[in-house]
Amino acid sequence: MAIGKSVKRVDAVAKVTGRARYTDDFYMPGTLVAKYLRSTIAHGRVKKIDTRKAEQLPGVEAVFTYEDVPETKFATAGHPYSLDPAHKDVEDRRLLTQHVRYWGDEIAIVVADNKLVLQEALKHIKIEYETYEPLVSPQASLAKNARQIHAGSNNVIGESGYKVGGRIEEAITNADIALQNRYRTQMCQHCHIENHIAYAYMDDLEHIVVVSSTQIPHIARRIVGEALGLPWGRIRIVKPYIGGGFGAKQDVILEPMVAFLTLKLDGRPIKIDLSREECMIGTRTRHPFDVKMRAAVNKDGVLVALEMDAVANTGAYASHGHSVAGAAGAKTRLLYPRAAMHYHARTVYTNTPAAGAMRAYGAPQVIFAVECMIEEAARKIGMDPVAFRMKNVARQGDADPLSGERFESCGLIECLQQGKDLIRWDEKRAARPKKQTGPLRRGLGVACFSYASGTYPACLEIAGARIILNQDASLHIQVGATEIGQGLDTIVAQMAAETVGVPFADVHVVSTQDTDVAPFDTGAYASRQAYVASNAVFRAARELKAKILEHAGRVTGILGGELDILNGAIVDRKDLSRKVISLKEVALDAYYDKQRGGQLTADVSHKTCTNAPTFGCTFVEIEVDIPLCKVDIKEIYNVHDSGVILHPVMAKGQVHGGVAMGIAAGLYEEMKIDAETGKIYNNNFLDYKIPTAVDVPDIGCEFVETYEPSSGYGNKALGEPPIISPPPAIRNAIYDATGIAINELPMTPHTLFKYFKEAGLF
Amino acid sequence: MNRMITCTVNGKKKELSVDVRQSLLEVLREQLGLLSVKQGCAVGECGACTVLLDDVPIDACLYLAVWADGRSIRSVEGESRNDKLSRVQQAFVDEGAVQCGICTPGFVMAATSFVEKHKHQKVSRYDIRRGLAGNLCRCTGYETIVTAVQKNLDDDDQ
Repeated sequence: MAIGKSVKRVDAVAKVTGRARYTDDFYMPGTLVAKYLRSTIAHGRVKKIDTRKAEQLPGVEAVFTYEDVPETKFATAGHPYSLDPAHKDVEDRRLLTQHVRYWGDEIAIVVADNKLVLQEALKHIKIEYETYEPLVSPQASLAKNARQIHAGSNNVIGESGYKVGGRIEEAITNADIALQNRYRTQMCQHCHIENHIAYAYMDDLEHIVVVSSTQIPHIARRIVGEALGLPWGRIRIVKPYIGGGFGAKQDVILEPMVAFLTLKLDGRPIKIDLSREECMIGTRTRHPFDVKMRAAVNKDGVLVALEMDAVANTGAYASHGHSVAGAAGAKTRLLYPRAAMHYHARTVYTNTPAAGAMRAYGAPQVIFAVECMIEEAARKIGMDPVAFRMKNVARQGDADPLSGERFESCGLIECLQQGKDLIRWDEKRAARPKKQTGPLRRGLGVACFSYASGTYPACLEIAGARIILNQDASLHIQVGATEIGQGLDTIVAQMAAETVGVPFADVHVVSTQDTDVAPFDTGAYASRQAYVASNAVFRAARELKAKILEHAGRVTGILGGELDILNGAIVDRKDLSRKVISLKEVALDAYYDKQRGGQLTADVSHKTCTNAPTFGCTFVEIEVDIPLCKVDIKEIYNVHDSGVILHPVMAKGQVHGGVAMGIAAGLYEEMKIDAETGKIYNNNFLDYKIPTAVDVPDIGCEFVETYEPSSGYGNKALGEPPIISPPPAIRNAIYDATGIAINELPMTPHTLFKYFKEAGLF
Repeated sequence: MNRMITCTVNGKKKELSVDVRQSLLEVLREQLGLLSVKQGCAVGECGACTVLLDDVPIDACLYLAVWADGRSIRSVEGESRNDKLSRVQQAFVDEGAVQCGICTPGFVMAATSFVEKHKHQKVSRYDIRRGLAGNLCRCTGYETIVTAVQKNLDDDDQ
C-alpha cells in the first residue's frame, strides 16, 4: 500500500545529483539565441524603427519587428479552449507590438549566434516613439477621456459577480451592526528560480518542436498553433523538468515566438532565455486588488451579509483576463456559505506589466479583504475572533449557495480547533495584559480560507493516464498532468502502485510531457492535478489490473475471478498469502507467448464533473517592534483540510512553501512602479526581496484528514491554498498587538510607519 | 581572447582554453557539461550556481573562469560516488528538501560546505539559516532544507 506513506520522491535523486535535465540542459549544436528589444516607455507608439545597423553586425542572423510578424491577435492564458465564443480568452496580443503598453513591451527581436552579439545588436536599433501619458493605476485608466490601452475596450476587460442569500441592503439595514472598509493588495511576482526559457526547431518542413519550461504543454500547443495560424497538430511541445512556475508558466509567453523564429529561419534551433530582470516585468505578475467591503453582523455572532466590490488591475494585456477576479470571488462564498453575499468585480487595463495566474489565482487578494473584515466584525461585537469564525464558517452539510452543490467533505471547524490548540490561543490571550504599551507588543492572529480542486464548471476538466506492463513486471505510467516541483509524478506512482497491487519502486513515471505522445491533460494549475488525475489513474490502473488477472487466468487455468495481485505477485483471492504465479511470468507470457501473447496496457481519459472545496486556516503569533515598525513572527501554523493526505512529507512541503510565500506577500514583497513613468524599479532579486532562509521562521503544519468521495483516493487540492491565509492572519495579529488595523499589503516597516503615525504612536 | 588555465574539477585535473570574458558558470556548463550548475539570476543573488572553490562556496556566475587557474572546484556531480549519494544529498532526499529541484544542486553545495565547516559543533537552526542565506528557494520555505542540514550535523556527531 503506497497511499498515505512518505515514499521516496521519484525525482529526488535525479535532482540532488544534478542529473535532472531542465530546458537549458539540452544542447543542440548550432543553436541560435534571440533577445527582445523592449520599450523604454510605458505607453506610446513606435513612429520609426531602424534595424539596419544591427542586422549588419557579424553574428546577427536576423532582426524582426512588429512589421514582420503575423497580424493575428491571440490570447495567452493557460485555459482550456472554449467552444463558446462568449467564454473565449481575450485576444489582445501580437508577437511584437508597435503600440507600446508597458515599460518593457516587446517591439522587435534579434537573432544571433551568440549572446554577446545579441546585447551589442540591441544597442544599434534606432527607435522613435510618440509618447502617451502612462496610465499606471486603475483610477487613471478609468478616468474620463483616458486613452484606450486596447482600442474599443474602454480599459475594462470584464465584469462579473454573483448575489446569494437575498437582499444585501435589507440585511445591512436590519442587522445589529454594519461595517464598511476598503482593502488593497499589491503587485507581486512569482520569482520561480528558473526563468522562462524555450527553444524551437523543425525536424521536417512542417512540424515545429518547442521545448519549454511550461506548466501547460497541451495548451501551449494549441496557442502556438493559433498565434501562427498553423494546424495544431503541426506543433509539438516538450516539457522537461521545470524549475518552478507558481502560475507564471500557466501562460504561453515564449513558445509562439521561438516557433515563429524557427519557421522563419529554416527550422534551425533558436532559444530565448529570459534574464531575471526581463522575467520579472515581461512575463506575469499578481493582480493588485482594491476591494470595497460592507458587512452586517448581529450581536449574537451571526455573520449576516458581506458585500464586495473589487477592482483588479491586469496591466497591459489581458492574459488570464477577468477570470482571476471571477474565480477569486467564487471562493469566498464557500467560506461563509450561510451569509448573504454579493460580489462584483471589474478588471481593468493599465500601463503596467501584465498580470496573470499566480498561486491561488486571486483568492489571496479577495480573502485578505474578507478576513480583515471578519476580524473587524468579531472585534466590533466583542467576540473572540476564532469563536466568531467557528460560528460562521463552512460546515459539513453546507452547500455552495450559488450552485447548490453540497460539500462532501469539510473539516474547517476542526482545522480552527487544532490551530487554536497548537498556538495555545486561549492560554496566551488570558496571560496577556489588557493593553500593551511598551515598544515590543505581542499579538495573535487567525484567518481562514476556502479554495477549489479544479476549474469545473467554468472549464472542462480532462485528465489522461496510460499504463503499460513491461516485460520485467514493472509499470510505465504516462499522464498528461505535469510535474512542476509539487510532486505529481510521485503521487501518480503511488496511485498506480496502490490500485494495480505492485511495489511502489516498480512504477516508473515518464516525467517529460511531449504532446506528440503524452495523454491529454490541460496541465498544472488550479491545484487540480492530484484531484482530477486521481480518477484517470485509478480507472487506468483498475483496467490494467483486470487485464493482468485475465491473462494470469489464461496462463494458470484459474479462471472466474479467483486471482488478485499483491505486492507484485499473482495470489489466490481467498488466501492472499498463497502465491500462484509471479507477475513477471505473466508479463513475459503476455509479450512473447505465440498463442496468448498481447501487450497489457490501459489508456484512460477521464472527465471530472465535480470540484471539491478545500479549506484551512493560519494561526500566528507575532511581536511588533513599534519604534522599528517591524513584525517578528514567533510562531505560525497552517492547518489544512485537503481530504486524504497522499504523501505527508510532500504535503507538508507544499504548505511550508506556500506559507513562506504568504509571509513574504504579507510583509515584504511588492513590485514598485514609478507613478509618473510606469517604470518598475525593482525587477531583480537585489531590490525585490523574496525571503532567504533567515527571513522566514520555522513553519508548523497539520492536516485534518477528511475523505472526499469524488476523488479517486479521497484527496483534495493542496498546492496553492497554503499561501492564502498567512497575510490576513499576520495583519490580524498586528491588530491584536497594537489595536491598529492595517488595510493594505505589504505590511513593510514603511507601511506600518504610516499607520502608526496616523494612530499617534509616535 | 582565450587563455589556458589548469584547475581541478571534481577531483580531476583539467586543462582548459577559456575566453577571458566567460564566467566559471559558462565554462563549467558549456565546456565540461556540468549541467547541475544552474543560472537563476546571473548576478550573484540567487545562489543556484553555487560551486565550491577550494571548498568555499561561490556564485559561479560572478566568478571569471580565468580566475580558477590553479584552483580546485567541486560541483554536485562530484558529490555522489559509485552510485552512492553523499550524506548531504541523502539527507535532502530523506527530509523532502527537494521540490522543483532547480536550486537543489547549489543548495547541496552550500550545505556541504556548511556541514564540513561545522563538524562536531553545536549549531542552532538559526545558524544554519544564516549559513544558507546566500541561496534562494521559492518552493520549500527552507523548512526541510534546514532540517536536512541539522540532521546531517547531528549524525556527524555520532
